[in-house]
Amino acid sequence: MKKVKLPLTDEEIQNLKAGEGVLLSGSILTGRDCAHKRICEYLDRGEKLPFDLGGETIYYAGPCPAPEGKACGSCGPTTSARMDSFAPRLLDLGLKGMIGKGERSDEVERAIVRCHAVYFAAIGGAGALYGNAIKKSELIAFPDLLSEAVYRFEIEDFPCVVAIDCTGGNIYKKT
Amino acid sequence: MRNISSDTIENAVYRLAEEACLHLIPSCRTALEKAAKTEESESARFALDTLLQNEKTAGAEKMAVCQDTGYAVILAKIGQDVHIEGKLFSDAVNDGVRRAYEDFYFRKSVCDPITRANTADNTPAAVHTEIVEGDKIELTFLPKGFGSENMSRLYMLTPAKGVQGIIDAIVETVRLAGSKPCPPIYVGVGIGGTFDTCAFLAKKALTREVGSRNPRADVAKIEEAALEKINALGIGPQGFGGKTTAIGVSCELAPTHIAGLPVAVNIQCHCVRCAKSVI
Repeated sequence: MKKVKLPLTDEEIQNLKAGEGVLLSGSILTGRDCAHKRICEYLDRGEKLPFDLGGETIYYAGPCPAPEGKACGSCGPTTSARMDSFAPRLLDLGLKGMIGKGERSDEVERAIVRCHAVYFAAIGGAGALYGNAIKKSELIAFPDLLSEAVYRFEIEDFPCVVAIDCTGGNIYKKT
Repeated sequence: MRNISSDTIENAVYRLAEEACLHLIPSCRTALEKAAKTEESESARFALDTLLQNEKTAGAEKMAVCQDTGYAVILAKIGQDVHIEGKLFSDAVNDGVRRAYEDFYFRKSVCDPITRANTADNTPAAVHTEIVEGDKIELTFLPKGFGSENMSRLYMLTPAKGVQGIIDAIVETVRLAGSKPCPPIYVGVGIGGTFDTCAFLAKKALTREVGSRNPRADVAKIEEAALEKINALGIGPQGFGGKTTAIGVSCELAPTHIAGLPVAVNIQCHCVRCAKSVI
């Protein structure tokens, strides 16, 4: 499988095609339901976010606690569709990649094309395997949200499939 | 009359939570292995191979198979000749859940429905008790993930809809769920009863072995017909397209009212986890 370094470059995004398998390595942020709601509340109030989304890849995930000697517990993707109402706004702020599972709305697909971004599908349910591929974890915002807080992960060879590419190619819309 | 200490119940729940969250049930693993051999597309096979590899990693590393260690659902059959000494039964269950989710590094996923504030210990559990004959307690622990729970539906059909209506309701639920509930899924179906008992039957159906058939021949036929139609949808593993959208359909039945035909469809992802013990 093709190895992809994070953060993503525009050129790398250009070369990713829906349906292709990739191994992601580098730095990502986590964020799921509550974190997305809170990010948008910051934006509504016109406040600066506690972290910058420019060029980042966000992983829709809420990890299990880390056992001793590990950076993270079990940590597979959650259903991306629940973040659909927030995602276009984050993409407009410069978010470049999303990792989750399952189909996205047409609006998100259009925002991916408009913002030259990419959506990766991780394999839902493979929590132990992904948890093991997380080499470093740092809590960076919203600690009160517990597993829904925003973490920065360093990942190594995270197996994913390109689900929606920057031209609108979409693995869920194959005939 | 047999005395059973609430500590024994708490410890049993603790062990069941550990067993359930770290492993797939063997009939689920077998179904995934079979699916991996029949899928033709590269992405579908990749998805299934990853899941089988994941379970090995979970066992070896003692990590939860899926990070969604679920809402703890406990089905208890309590013999009417049992006397529970000590705590209230539901308190013993919740204490077992609380300790297990902390000690085994499972995710705490229970929150207030309005404020979304996490209860921080994965309680309360959903506890269903049934009084049966005898002097034993049978416990079934089902950690229920919500990616799939969210895609479940309840239909109040008219009696005229009949068997075809039941099958259509099952297939429609799966079609609308698409790639979201982590296919290949396991489908639990409740047929009959009331609005509330029908939903419980669907949950109970998910505690059956994947691939098992209802002993009633006409119900078994519904299970087979629904499974065939679901797998003709082409959603496939993870929604990447393919032959395996579901690994099983299990229907449980109860008498209903002359005016109605309730059908509940409870979706379980491919991560079928369930543990049982008898005290």
